[in-house]
Amino acid sequence: MSKNEGILVIGGGIAGMQASLDLADRGLKVYLIEKSPSIGGRMAQLDKTFPTMDCSMCILAPKMIECLRHPNITLLAYSEVQEVSGSAGNFTVKILKKPRFIDEDKCTGCGVCAQHCPVEVPNEFDMGLGFRKAIYVPFPQAVPLKCTIDEENCLKCGLCERICGAGAVDLDQQPEIVNLTVGVIIVATGFELFDSRRISEYGYGRYQDVLTSLEFERLLSASGPTGGHIVRLSDGRIPRRIVFIQCVGSRSQRGELPYCSSVCCMYATKEALLIKEHNPKCEVYILYMDLRVFGKGFQEFINKARDEYGVKYIKGRPSSIEKDPETGELLIRYEDTIEHGIREIEADLVVLCPALIPTRDNRKLAKILNIELDEYDFFKAEDTLLAPINTSAPGVFICGYCQGPKDIPESVAQASGAAARAAEIIASTPKGEVKNGSG
Amino acid sequence: MGVDEKARIGVFICHCGTNIGGVVDVPKVVEYAKTLPNVVYAEANLYTCSSEGISKIKEGIAKYNLNRVIVASCTPRTHGPLFRTACEEAGVNKYLFEMANIRDQCSWAHMHEPEKATEKAKDLVRMAVAKARLLKPLEEPEIDVTPSALVIGGGISGMTAALCLAHQGFKVHIIEKGPELGGMLKHLYRLYPTMEDASEKLNPIANAVKSNKGIDVLTSSVVKQVKGFIGNFEVTVQRGNGENTNLNVGTIIVATGAVDFEPVGMYGYGRYDSVITQLQLEQLLKKGELKRPERVVMIQCVGAREEKGRTYCSRICCMNAIKNALLIKELYPEADVYILFRDLQTYGREYEGYYLDARRGFIEFIKYTPERPPEIVSELGGKLTVRVYDSLLGSDIEIESDLIVLSTPLVPHEEAKELSQVLKVPLGPNGFFFEAHVKLRPIDFATDGIYVCGTAHSPKDTAESVSQAFGVASRAAIPLALKHLRTEAITAVVDENLCSGCGTCVKLCPYGAIEKDDMGIARVTEVVCKGCGVCAASCPERAIAMHHFTDEQVTAQALAALGRTFV
Repeated sequence: MSKNEGILVIGGGIAGMQASLDLADRGLKVYLIEKSPSIGGRMAQLDKTFPTMDCSMCILAPKMIECLRHPNITLLAYSEVQEVSGSAGNFTVKILKKPRFIDEDKCTGCGVCAQHCPVEVPNEFDMGLGFRKAIYVPFPQAVPLKCTIDEENCLKCGLCERICGAGAVDLDQQPEIVNLTVGVIIVATGFELFDSRRISEYGYGRYQDVLTSLEFERLLSASGPTGGHIVRLSDGRIPRRIVFIQCVGSRSQRGELPYCSSVCCMYATKEALLIKEHNPKCEVYILYMDLRVFGKGFQEFINKARDEYGVKYIKGRPSSIEKDPETGELLIRYEDTIEHGIREIEADLVVLCPALIPTRDNRKLAKILNIELDEYDFFKAEDTLLAPINTSAPGVFICGYCQGPKDIPESVAQASGAAARAAEIIASTPKGEVKNGSG
Repeated sequence: MGVDEKARIGVFICHCGTNIGGVVDVPKVVEYAKTLPNVVYAEANLYTCSSEGISKIKEGIAKYNLNRVIVASCTPRTHGPLFRTACEEAGVNKYLFEMANIRDQCSWAHMHEPEKATEKAKDLVRMAVAKARLLKPLEEPEIDVTPSALVIGGGISGMTAALCLAHQGFKVHIIEKGPELGGMLKHLYRLYPTMEDASEKLNPIANAVKSNKGIDVLTSSVVKQVKGFIGNFEVTVQRGNGENTNLNVGTIIVATGAVDFEPVGMYGYGRYDSVITQLQLEQLLKKGELKRPERVVMIQCVGAREEKGRTYCSRICCMNAIKNALLIKELYPEADVYILFRDLQTYGREYEGYYLDARRGFIEFIKYTPERPPEIVSELGGKLTVRVYDSLLGSDIEIESDLIVLSTPLVPHEEAKELSQVLKVPLGPNGFFFEAHVKLRPIDFATDGIYVCGTAHSPKDTAESVSQAFGVASRAAIPLALKHLRTEAITAVVDENLCSGCGTCVKLCPYGAIEKDDMGIARVTEVVCKGCGVCAASCPERAIAMHHFTDEQVTAQALAALGRTFV
């Protein structure tokens, strides 16, 4: 039995983690729930972060571990919210803990099972560029560091069960229902990528050397499928010229997404700098609509890329990308709206910067939580200006990208904001004895 | 002092996936570590920072009865606290932990020379062992926290933070230098993107602040002096009547805002009455004093995004210009409005829609390049002609205009510099307050207990300032909610017998942690000291030592680096 001071945080990315840590640090009980096998979110997939070029995992990993180790945080990874009832100060939440088919208490995360598993499937963490096994740890710094068997692809051959020294494999594991009572709910479900296949003229999905920026980020990363080597996936050649295309599916007036994703100009610049650091001879072009340089240190970062590293910025939106069947080169046709005229540029690798969109699960979650979405499925703020973190339901708060496009520091600051709003509710709720814990 | 003969050292060497292991021969370094004095255990980990690695450290401590732990991996800046806590949880004082950075200093710096990188990793491990043998346990002093906060600045950010803190049950003091609350929003007419009336949004907040019993507001007041440290700040406030008031607070929030840049001498500003700033336009709109213009030209990035000087983009000006252009059109539909821009900053979910609305509303957007900026070419009968190279058309165009509105950036307050000195917190290159870490500590200062939000941090709009204000209302509440805090154990100690009272350290200490006592001897306020070591390095009498970095410990490391036998 404990006081009804618990907070449920939905989403284990940087926003959800920050909100959890702020609340836990002040002595409040937090349940951090994450649908995938590990917390870390999108930031875990990034190689570096703009404009400071911090190694993303290096600054993130300590926070992930802190979430795991914090005495006031209960981590529920590989879990989903199923039902919510009650109101601010007193929500009852039903959570589905999906079966990992692994006894988490026994698993050491050693990964020997994965070495023996015969099934290879595309690795989601590497945006499908690399492979993982049907039993897997999504990435080496995963928290919790436990294996998961992907039910969909598992052959049930039992090899892992025989090989596991800890005896942790449990192929008969059943889903578990966890019932919680909390005072506040914070939603931080982050973003997904717009499907670049929808802009068919860019050839994504058709040409192997047309990648999305997040795929390319994995290519840049030392923990990625190529060990940090920038190569063409079609032939393994080191690219001599890489072209970035901004606003793929965003700022669109023809039926895709009209809004600006806010972070692409800067992360493209970051990826361009990293290319130059890997290989100064590689030419890098960024085809943009407007350079979005509105944050602290952003303009200066672009100046550095342009003046010190020779990254070339061209204002123009490509009309098509075609592959020369003989040379394998990609031909990008675009209108240069400053120098004027229809131009063509050859590249051996093209990076598309797609619109970032709210996660698909938001609709389901909005129904469960009884909160409103906007026309794009971002969660709607109660008051755009003065209550940007509140939703239409009292006691339910939003932060990070699911509230609207924003970068990491904005997500972090807003996550702290959600923690403050949660603390207000907890402070105003009469403290009563409420049944709490798993059922 | 001296080597602890009973030191039992465990060494954990991290592969960091391939970050280290791909270059450094980690197993070789492990074998080498086992040969060093007092090392009773050594092992390699794929990722020492993983939960698996952390449990390995704890298991090692228990199994081999370790009383010193060394991790050879990455930087102590990010990972030190994690390993220290692991030691503590396993019963080893966390100051009996030492770290060797074999990633940054070996595998990264010498990635093309794996053998030499491995040798260097051995050197660093040997140095760490040399120091670990001399380490002493330290305790972190516990301090009580005054459960109240000070908010400097009574604009929308400061008021939002104050209300949120008050709702969490903490006492709040707001210090506002002006005669009343409200800040920048007092001067604004409508707020984008909702187009709501600024005073309709502002007044309920200001009234809520005034009527909240937990919030004390001091207007026409400035912070003159701040002494003390997190949990126990003593603040001297100078009131409008010249009197001083003293406040005791646990945490401090800087929400001092920013001001509009005055573009004197640019585009004829100051010379022609028809050249005004966006803020002046907004005030005319607010007062209903804007005379019917025939043709308005708005020029973006005036004094912003410069090659040198104000290099930054001021974030809010594009949306602000679009808002004011729409308001002019609403008032005078027949007026022509041009916006001359470089790159439109209509970012995010909603702002792009405003830009499209504005275009549909017959507002003309002309993209200019910084190489060929707009210029005023003639003046005739109160009308100014602006020439601009329209980069889309590829030619110069001239626009005769009876109102030119300059979009100028938000710039820091002149007083920001003084306040930064009073609080001993830094300003960034453009004069805005500089946060502890751009990505992950965006609203903290490096100095504990002091936080920043709103446009004091960098230009931002109302919704963004409010989000940050709620953010600091969490950060600043954490110490208040805890009631007690533990502070730094690695502090400076003065040897009274050696101190000559020269005062060098008093002047140099960036945290104001050293004062001279009645006897003229330097005294360190332990809880304020951050252990930076500036005082110890500059003391001419060598009277100051740093806990955890004593001369003896550092010398032992240096000798080990030179390959000398262990002393």
